[in-house]
Amino acid sequence: MIQYLSNNHEVVLAALRQHIYLALLPILIGFVVSLPIGYLGVRFPWFYHPLVNVCGVLYSIPSLALFVFLPVILGTKILAPANIVVALTIYTVALLSRTVADGLRAVDPIVTQSATAMGYRRTRRLLDVELPVALPVILAGLRVATVSNISLVSVGALIGIGGLGQLFTRGFQLFYLEPIIIGIILSVLLAGLADLIIVLIQRAVTPWARFQRGGGTA
Amino acid sequence: MFRIRTIGAAITGIGLALSLAACGADSDPLAGDTKGSGSAAAVTVGSANFAESELLAEIYSQALEAKGVTVKRQFNIGARELYLKALQDKSIDLLPEYNGALLAALSTGGVPENISSPTDVLAALKKVLPAGTEVLEQSAAEDKDTLTVTKATADKYKLTSIEDLKAAAPTLKVGAGPEFQERHQGLKGLESVYGVKFKEFKALDAGGPLTMKALVDGDIDVGNIFSTDSGIATNKLVVLQDPKNLYTSQNVIPLIRTEAKTDAVSGALNAVSAKLTTENLTTYLAKIQVDKQDSATVAKAFLKDNGLA
Amino acid sequence: MNLSYLFDAAHWDLSAPGGFPQLILAHLGYVALALLIGTVIALPVGLWIGHTGRGSFIAINSGNAGRSLPTLGLLMLMVTLLGLGLTPVLIALTVLVIPPILTSAYAGMRSLDHRVVDAAKGMGMRPWQVLFKVEVPMALPVLMSGFRSAALQVVATATVAAAVGLSGLGRLLIDGLAVNDYSRVLAGAIVVAVLAVLLDLLLALVQRWIVSPGLSGRAQPRSRRATT
Repeated sequence: MIQYLSNNHEVVLAALRQHIYLALLPILIGFVVSLPIGYLGVRFPWFYHPLVNVCGVLYSIPSLALFVFLPVILGTKILAPANIVVALTIYTVALLSRTVADGLRAVDPIVTQSATAMGYRRTRRLLDVELPVALPVILAGLRVATVSNISLVSVGALIGIGGLGQLFTRGFQLFYLEPIIIGIILSVLLAGLADLIIVLIQRAVTPWARFQRGGGTA
Repeated sequence: MFRIRTIGAAITGIGLALSLAACGADSDPLAGDTKGSGSAAAVTVGSANFAESELLAEIYSQALEAKGVTVKRQFNIGARELYLKALQDKSIDLLPEYNGALLAALSTGGVPENISSPTDVLAALKKVLPAGTEVLEQSAAEDKDTLTVTKATADKYKLTSIEDLKAAAPTLKVGAGPEFQERHQGLKGLESVYGVKFKEFKALDAGGPLTMKALVDGDIDVGNIFSTDSGIATNKLVVLQDPKNLYTSQNVIPLIRTEAKTDAVSGALNAVSAKLTTENLTTYLAKIQVDKQDSATVAKAFLKDNGLA
Repeated sequence: MNLSYLFDAAHWDLSAPGGFPQLILAHLGYVALALLIGTVIALPVGLWIGHTGRGSFIAINSGNAGRSLPTLGLLMLMVTLLGLGLTPVLIALTVLVIPPILTSAYAGMRSLDHRVVDAAKGMGMRPWQVLFKVEVPMALPVLMSGFRSAALQVVATATVAAAVGLSGLGRLLIDGLAVNDYSRVLAGAIVVAVLAVLLDLLLALVQRWIVSPGLSGRAQPRSRRATT
């Protein structure tokens, strides 16, 4: 194992770097896109159920199929990493917009009413009151999306772009365990690290949650 | 408001880190999108999804680098049907090919009759290459597709050539890469040329360890194994002869987009082709398949041993 | 978008090897077995942790830890170790379904109103009666949502089995990709998505059937439905 790493550290590092990029860029884009979409699901109650259903269907499209089809739809090159980025962004949005909507819906009406009574208008109430209160739920969704994205990137290796997944296919083509195991370990560590970072951000931005135990983050 | 700003700052921070990671990487993941501007930029070398193709692609890459050409590696793309498309949409510039298999893939309705010698194949191949692509000089190294069985199966059904399979095939399972189902040099040709029709097809990998393992374990009876595979000797397998030349000569040859062909590139690759033989390819491939060395190390050794780097 | 492969009647022949019926059957077989094994393992553990409150740390963190294991890598590792067959697929997919089931069983138990549990105890129920007559039925909605998300995930992910030479609807994706037949890849993607939606609907019906009307809010006026 150590020997494999020392012989191949460049390959492994390049794979890791690509993995980070391919997994986290979609999270960033997806998070930004999901906030307004999720909000629409709350602002217009009729929109909530179609939103949940469409997200469910999007999430059940196999990633490999999406990787293969996006070039046809987007006109990108078949080996362009953009295909992976867009596909994972779609999954992120599918997962997060629902969470954002659920988080905002779960805000206690009493809180909203108090804010209104204090003179908050809709936009400021949303940004200053509802969104912060919904944050634990939204960030819990973000953790799930981040971790599953990091695991999904590897499927891209089946078409030659998959970050650490390339270590899987490489090992598999030779029936050689080391690269596969190293790929799995790095992928899990990366997911753990990303998860930890989000938890720390969550602690920093929701200090009140530490006072009320069991804030509903399942 | 404070909290939202903190999140905003966090997002910006992550974004910044990402863009830095992208800039710092020598293999900028999004570069595939923007290249092809025609400058004396990097040459992208591709490979199919099996060990030998990756080894050859790595040998090409290092030979090019030794001549000062900047190389980008885009290995392990998939089967021929897929990587030819990648070549045409300019995702890759060149990759190692096999003249007979490429000819069979590009000829509609199968390879013309009576073409089997390497020179005939090359001449026929040049007529059918997709626009904007060409081949460089071919090497003496051959790696044929074979139909291979275990010693036990060969004895049981008295098999020495593919012709003998005709009677036994309806009770046998064949295993190969998924693309084998649709290729002339696969189930189609076996049926039209030899009248061989198997009981079942099992989609495994392109001459890889999965097919080898399935064959040895008895999950399949007949496997599509590459002739350079060291497992044939180790597992005492029987390669069935091909008297009707379904698998024409299969010399290793670089396939390249004309736009990417410079004197430096063709010079470097032709020098590699001049040194490649079936024997040394088999030897160096075994270093990967058996000794589990990585392709970069093996390619380096090949170039050094042959005075190319 | 070319739907010719999907609507070719020959591909729907029951006996055709590699036709839709056989692939769907194999696919559902993987899914069902993985869900069954996953439930047998994760449900008791999740309920126990939720009931006793011991080991909550495991329940909370196993969710994300399990999700972070890349299924493709795990599958390739298992096939390399164990060879072809059903076992490697089942191991990889079971690892995928355990976290959501375990986490939701735990969360379901934790979300219970303690007054109800106390009331049950006060009525003289034995611990196992409290568990099976009060806690589990009340935890069911949360539990089922975890089970449904596990099912949805495993239906889509079971396609990777084809990447290591096994069957299931992934064959359409992998083979279609290998021979550059997009119509086949599209057919595979559509059938998988439809299968996932149908399975989710089925589970929604099951949920309606097994969750007490008093809990799901169907026995209450619409406006007072719980938001969870």
